[in-house]
Amino acid sequence: MSSVPMSHILFVSTALFFIGMYGLFTRRNMITMLMAIELILNSVNINFVVFNKYLYPDKLDGIFFTIFIITIAAAEAAVAIAIIINLYRSHRSIDVENASEMKW
Amino acid sequence: MTASAIIFYIISAFVLGAGLLAMTTRKIFRSAIWLLFSLIGVAALYFWLQVEFIAAVQIIVYVGGIVVLIIFSIFLTQQSGKEMPRQSLQRTIASGLAVLFGFGLTFLQIWKYNFQPTGKSFNWTVSKIGSQMLNTSTGGYALPFEVVSMLLLAAMVGCIVIAMKAPVATNGTADQQLLKKLDGKPEEELGITQISEV
Repeated sequence: MSSVPMSHILFVSTALFFIGMYGLFTRRNMITMLMAIELILNSVNINFVVFNKYLYPDKLDGIFFTIFIITIAAAEAAVAIAIIINLYRSHRSIDVENASEMKW
Repeated sequence: MTASAIIFYIISAFVLGAGLLAMTTRKIFRSAIWLLFSLIGVAALYFWLQVEFIAAVQIIVYVGGIVVLIIFSIFLTQQSGKEMPRQSLQRTIASGLAVLFGFGLTFLQIWKYNFQPTGKSFNWTVSKIGSQMLNTSTGGYALPFEVVSMLLLAAMVGCIVIAMKAPVATNGTADQQLLKKLDGKPEEELGITQISEV
Protein backbone atom coordinates (compact mmCIF):
# COMPACT_ATOMS: atom_id res chain seq x y z
CA MET A 1 0.00 0.00 0.00
CA SER A 2 2.91 2.35 0.66
CA SER A 3 4.11 1.94 -2.92
CA VAL A 4 2.14 5.05 -3.86
CA PRO A 5 3.19 8.18 -1.96
CA MET A 6 0.41 10.14 -0.31
CA SER A 7 1.04 13.23 -2.40
CA HIS A 8 0.05 11.35 -5.58
CA ILE A 9 -3.39 10.56 -4.15
CA LEU A 10 -3.72 14.17 -3.03
CA PHE A 11 -2.75 15.22 -6.57
CA VAL A 12 -5.78 13.33 -7.91
CA SER A 13 -8.17 14.94 -5.44
CA THR A 14 -6.74 18.43 -6.02
CA ALA A 15 -6.93 18.02 -9.79
CA LEU A 16 -10.53 16.78 -9.55
CA PHE A 17 -11.41 19.80 -7.39
CA PHE A 18 -10.00 22.25 -9.93
CA ILE A 19 -11.59 20.44 -12.87
CA GLY A 20 -14.89 20.99 -11.08
CA MET A 21 -13.96 24.64 -10.53
CA TYR A 22 -13.26 25.03 -14.25
CA GLY A 23 -16.70 23.62 -15.06
CA LEU A 24 -18.31 25.95 -12.55
CA PHE A 25 -16.57 28.96 -14.14
CA THR A 26 -17.21 28.18 -17.80
CA ARG A 27 -20.62 26.51 -17.83
CA ARG A 28 -23.76 28.61 -17.85
CA ASN A 29 -26.29 25.79 -17.83
CA MET A 30 -27.65 25.06 -14.34
CA ILE A 31 -27.58 21.27 -14.66
CA THR A 32 -23.93 21.23 -15.75
CA MET A 33 -23.06 23.59 -12.90
CA LEU A 34 -24.71 21.11 -10.54
CA MET A 35 -22.52 18.37 -12.02
CA ALA A 36 -19.44 20.51 -11.37
CA ILE A 37 -20.48 20.84 -7.72
CA GLU A 38 -20.82 17.06 -7.48
CA LEU A 39 -17.25 16.65 -8.75
CA ILE A 40 -15.96 19.15 -6.17
CA LEU A 41 -17.73 17.33 -3.34
CA ASN A 42 -16.25 14.04 -4.53
CA SER A 43 -12.73 15.41 -4.44
CA VAL A 44 -13.29 16.57 -0.85
CA ASN A 45 -14.53 13.09 0.06
CA ILE A 46 -11.36 11.50 -1.34
CA ASN A 47 -9.31 13.88 0.79
CA PHE A 48 -11.20 12.99 3.97
CA VAL A 49 -10.82 9.25 3.42
CA VAL A 50 -7.11 9.48 2.54
CA PHE A 51 -6.21 11.64 5.54
CA ASN A 52 -8.16 9.34 7.83
CA LYS A 53 -6.55 6.21 6.45
CA TYR A 54 -2.94 7.38 6.36
CA LEU A 55 -2.61 9.97 9.13
CA TYR A 56 -5.14 8.91 11.78
CA PRO A 57 -5.71 5.18 11.26
CA ASP A 58 -7.05 4.60 14.77
CA LYS A 59 -9.97 6.99 14.32
CA LEU A 60 -13.04 7.02 12.08
CA ASP A 61 -13.93 10.71 11.87
CA GLY A 62 -12.97 11.10 8.18
CA ILE A 63 -15.27 8.23 7.29
CA PHE A 64 -18.13 9.92 9.15
CA PHE A 65 -17.53 13.23 7.44
CA THR A 66 -17.56 11.46 4.08
CA ILE A 67 -20.85 9.76 4.85
CA PHE A 68 -22.46 13.02 5.96
CA ILE A 69 -21.15 14.88 2.91
CA ILE A 70 -22.60 12.22 0.60
CA THR A 71 -25.97 12.49 2.37
CA ILE A 72 -26.05 16.28 2.17
CA ALA A 73 -24.97 16.16 -1.48
CA ALA A 74 -27.93 13.93 -2.27
CA ALA A 75 -30.35 16.31 -0.51
CA GLU A 76 -28.75 19.29 -2.23
CA ALA A 77 -29.01 17.70 -5.68
CA ALA A 78 -32.67 16.90 -5.14
CA VAL A 79 -33.54 20.44 -4.03
CA ALA A 80 -31.47 21.95 -6.86
CA ILE A 81 -33.25 19.86 -9.47
CA ALA A 82 -36.65 20.82 -8.06
CA ILE A 83 -35.64 24.49 -8.34
CA ILE A 84 -34.34 23.94 -11.89
CA ILE A 85 -37.60 22.31 -13.00
CA ASN A 86 -39.61 25.12 -11.43
CA LEU A 87 -37.40 27.70 -13.17
CA TYR A 88 -37.79 25.91 -16.49
CA ARG A 89 -41.58 26.08 -16.15
CA SER A 90 -41.55 29.85 -15.73
CA HIS A 91 -38.63 30.88 -17.97
CA ARG A 92 -38.48 28.06 -20.58
CA SER A 93 -34.70 28.09 -20.07
CA ILE A 94 -32.23 27.00 -17.40
CA ASP A 95 -29.39 29.29 -18.41
CA VAL A 96 -28.25 31.38 -15.45
CA GLU A 97 -27.87 34.45 -17.64
CA ASN A 98 -31.57 34.36 -18.53
CA ALA A 99 -32.75 34.08 -14.94
CA SER A 100 -32.13 37.70 -14.03
CA GLU A 101 -35.30 38.33 -12.02
CA MET A 102 -36.12 36.89 -8.64
CA LYS A 103 -39.79 36.10 -9.36
CA TRP A 104 -41.53 35.53 -12.68
CA MET B 1 6.51 -0.19 -9.47
CA THR B 2 4.14 -2.75 -8.06
CA ALA B 3 0.82 -3.92 -9.47
CA SER B 4 -1.04 -1.94 -6.80
CA ALA B 5 0.65 1.28 -7.92
CA ILE B 6 -0.12 0.59 -11.60
CA ILE B 7 -3.79 0.02 -10.75
CA PHE B 8 -3.84 3.29 -8.81
CA TYR B 9 -2.41 5.28 -11.74
CA ILE B 10 -4.87 3.69 -14.19
CA ILE B 11 -7.82 4.51 -11.89
CA SER B 12 -6.71 8.10 -11.33
CA ALA B 13 -6.13 8.70 -15.06
CA PHE B 14 -9.64 7.36 -15.68
CA VAL B 15 -11.19 9.59 -12.99
CA LEU B 16 -9.42 12.73 -14.18
CA GLY B 17 -10.01 12.08 -17.89
CA ALA B 18 -13.70 11.37 -17.42
CA GLY B 19 -14.06 14.41 -15.17
CA LEU B 20 -12.33 16.67 -17.68
CA LEU B 21 -14.52 15.38 -20.52
CA ALA B 22 -17.63 15.85 -18.38
CA MET B 23 -16.72 19.49 -17.86
CA THR B 24 -15.71 20.27 -21.45
CA THR B 25 -18.04 18.35 -23.78
CA ARG B 26 -20.77 20.49 -25.29
CA LYS B 27 -23.55 17.91 -25.42
CA ILE B 28 -25.28 17.86 -22.05
CA PHE B 29 -26.27 14.20 -22.10
CA ARG B 30 -22.71 13.10 -22.84
CA SER B 31 -21.58 15.32 -20.00
CA ALA B 32 -23.88 13.41 -17.62
CA ILE B 33 -22.56 10.06 -18.84
CA TRP B 34 -18.94 11.15 -18.40
CA LEU B 35 -19.82 12.31 -14.90
CA LEU B 36 -21.22 8.82 -14.25
CA PHE B 37 -17.92 7.25 -15.30
CA SER B 38 -15.94 9.68 -13.18
CA LEU B 39 -18.03 8.82 -10.09
CA ILE B 40 -17.59 5.10 -10.75
CA GLY B 41 -13.83 5.77 -10.94
CA VAL B 42 -13.94 7.50 -7.55
CA ALA B 43 -15.74 4.44 -6.16
CA ALA B 44 -12.95 2.28 -7.62
CA LEU B 45 -10.45 4.54 -5.85
CA TYR B 46 -12.23 3.83 -2.55
CA PHE B 47 -12.03 0.10 -3.30
CA TRP B 48 -8.30 0.54 -3.93
CA LEU B 49 -7.98 2.33 -0.57
CA GLN B 50 -9.77 -0.67 1.00
CA VAL B 51 -12.67 1.30 2.45
CA GLU B 52 -15.34 -0.84 0.82
CA PHE B 53 -18.18 0.62 2.86
CA ILE B 54 -17.66 4.13 1.48
CA ALA B 55 -17.26 2.67 -2.02
CA ALA B 56 -20.62 0.92 -1.70
CA VAL B 57 -22.28 4.09 -0.38
CA GLN B 58 -20.72 6.06 -3.25
CA ILE B 59 -22.10 3.66 -5.86
CA ILE B 60 -25.55 3.49 -4.28
CA VAL B 61 -26.05 7.20 -3.65
CA TYR B 62 -24.10 8.89 -6.44
CA VAL B 63 -24.28 6.45 -9.33
CA GLY B 64 -27.67 5.01 -8.49
CA GLY B 65 -29.32 8.18 -7.22
CA ILE B 66 -27.86 11.52 -8.15
CA VAL B 67 -26.79 10.75 -11.72
CA VAL B 68 -30.15 9.18 -12.50
CA LEU B 69 -31.84 12.28 -11.05
CA ILE B 70 -29.65 14.52 -13.23
CA ILE B 71 -30.43 12.48 -16.36
CA PHE B 72 -34.15 12.69 -15.63
CA SER B 73 -33.94 16.46 -15.23
CA ILE B 74 -32.04 16.70 -18.53
CA PHE B 75 -34.87 14.83 -20.23
CA LEU B 76 -37.43 17.13 -18.62
CA THR B 77 -35.77 20.40 -19.53
CA GLN B 78 -33.53 20.03 -22.60
CA GLN B 79 -33.32 18.69 -26.09
CA SER B 80 -30.49 16.34 -25.21
CA GLY B 81 -29.09 16.08 -28.74
CA LYS B 82 -28.58 19.82 -29.08
CA GLU B 83 -25.16 21.31 -28.43
CA MET B 84 -24.79 23.97 -25.78
CA PRO B 85 -23.66 27.40 -27.02
CA ARG B 86 -19.93 27.95 -27.07
CA GLN B 87 -18.53 30.20 -24.35
CA SER B 88 -16.51 33.25 -25.22
CA LEU B 89 -12.78 32.66 -25.66
CA GLN B 90 -11.99 35.33 -23.08
CA ARG B 91 -13.99 33.58 -20.39
CA THR B 92 -12.48 30.19 -21.22
CA ILE B 93 -8.92 31.49 -21.09
CA ALA B 94 -9.50 33.49 -17.90
CA SER B 95 -11.10 30.59 -16.05
CA GLY B 96 -8.49 28.15 -17.36
CA LEU B 97 -5.68 30.36 -16.08
CA ALA B 98 -7.40 30.89 -12.73
CA VAL B 99 -7.87 27.16 -12.28
CA LEU B 100 -4.30 26.38 -13.38
CA PHE B 101 -2.73 28.85 -10.96
CA GLY B 102 -5.05 27.74 -8.16
CA PHE B 103 -4.07 24.15 -8.75
CA GLY B 104 -0.37 25.05 -8.88
CA LEU B 105 -0.54 26.98 -5.61
CA THR B 106 -2.50 24.30 -3.77
CA PHE B 107 -0.41 21.41 -4.97
CA LEU B 108 2.82 23.27 -4.22
CA GLN B 109 1.71 23.57 -0.59
CA ILE B 110 0.88 19.84 -0.44
CA TRP B 111 4.20 18.94 -2.05
CA LYS B 112 6.20 21.16 0.32
CA TYR B 113 4.41 19.88 3.42
CA ASN B 114 5.23 16.31 2.40
CA PHE B 115 2.64 14.30 4.34
CA GLN B 116 4.12 11.14 5.82
CA PRO B 117 1.77 8.23 6.51
CA THR B 118 2.03 6.77 10.00
CA GLY B 119 2.34 3.26 8.61
CA LYS B 120 -0.17 1.77 11.03
CA SER B 121 -2.88 -0.36 9.49
CA PHE B 122 -6.33 1.15 9.18
CA ASN B 123 -8.83 -1.30 10.55
CA TRP B 124 -12.45 -0.32 10.38
CA THR B 125 -15.51 -2.53 10.46
CA VAL B 126 -19.10 -1.72 9.64
CA SER B 127 -20.15 -2.57 13.20
CA LYS B 128 -17.54 -0.10 14.54
CA ILE B 129 -18.91 2.61 12.23
CA GLY B 130 -22.46 1.81 13.29
CA SER B 131 -21.79 1.84 17.03
CA GLN B 132 -19.89 5.12 16.86
CA MET B 133 -22.59 6.64 14.64
CA LEU B 134 -25.28 6.04 17.28
CA ASN B 135 -23.09 6.73 20.31
CA THR B 136 -24.23 9.63 22.51
CA SER B 137 -21.05 9.93 24.59
CA THR B 138 -17.83 11.74 23.60
CA GLY B 139 -16.76 11.04 20.02
CA GLY B 140 -20.19 9.76 19.05
CA TYR B 141 -22.13 11.03 16.07
CA ALA B 142 -25.70 10.63 17.33
CA LEU B 143 -26.54 14.35 17.16
CA PRO B 144 -25.30 14.90 13.55
CA PHE B 145 -27.12 11.72 12.59
CA GLU B 146 -30.43 13.10 13.90
CA VAL B 147 -29.78 16.53 12.36
CA VAL B 148 -29.09 14.94 8.98
CA SER B 149 -32.28 12.90 9.18
CA MET B 150 -34.23 16.12 9.83
CA LEU B 151 -32.41 17.75 6.91
CA LEU B 152 -33.40 14.90 4.59
CA LEU B 153 -37.03 15.20 5.68
CA ALA B 154 -36.98 18.97 5.12
CA ALA B 155 -35.35 18.52 1.71
CA MET B 156 -37.97 15.95 0.69
CA VAL B 157 -40.88 18.20 1.70
CA GLY B 158 -39.20 21.21 0.11
CA CYS B 159 -38.66 19.38 -3.20
CA ILE B 160 -42.29 18.37 -3.39
CA VAL B 161 -43.50 21.90 -2.60
CA ILE B 162 -41.11 23.59 -5.06
CA ALA B 163 -41.66 21.23 -7.98
CA MET B 164 -45.43 20.98 -7.52
CA LYS B 165 -47.50 22.46 -10.33
CA ALA B 166 -49.72 25.37 -9.36
CA PRO B 167 -53.37 24.22 -9.28
CA VAL B 168 -55.37 25.14 -12.40
CA ALA B 169 -58.60 27.06 -11.78
CA THR B 170 -61.59 25.12 -13.20
CA ASN B 171 -65.29 24.82 -12.48
CA GLY B 172 -65.50 22.75 -9.31
CA THR B 173 -62.73 20.89 -7.65
CA ALA B 174 -61.08 17.82 -9.05
CA ASP B 175 -62.91 15.62 -6.54
CA GLN B 176 -66.31 16.80 -7.74
CA GLN B 177 -65.43 16.19 -11.38
CA LEU B 178 -64.20 12.73 -10.50
CA LEU B 179 -67.43 11.98 -8.65
CA LYS B 180 -69.48 13.15 -11.62
CA LYS B 181 -67.47 11.00 -13.96
CA LEU B 182 -67.82 7.95 -11.76
CA ASP B 183 -71.57 8.17 -11.12
CA GLY B 184 -72.86 9.96 -14.14
CA LYS B 185 -75.46 11.62 -11.93
CA PRO B 186 -76.20 15.34 -11.71
CA GLU B 187 -74.64 17.20 -8.84
CA GLU B 188 -77.90 17.90 -6.99
CA GLU B 189 -78.58 14.26 -6.32
CA LEU B 190 -75.17 13.79 -4.79
CA GLY B 191 -75.61 16.84 -2.59
CA ILE B 192 -72.36 18.43 -3.68
CA THR B 193 -73.79 21.82 -4.58
CA GLN B 194 -74.10 22.90 -0.97
CA ILE B 195 -70.47 22.13 -0.40
CA SER B 196 -69.38 24.03 -3.45
CA GLU B 197 -71.53 27.00 -2.47
CA VAL B 198 -69.72 27.19 0.82
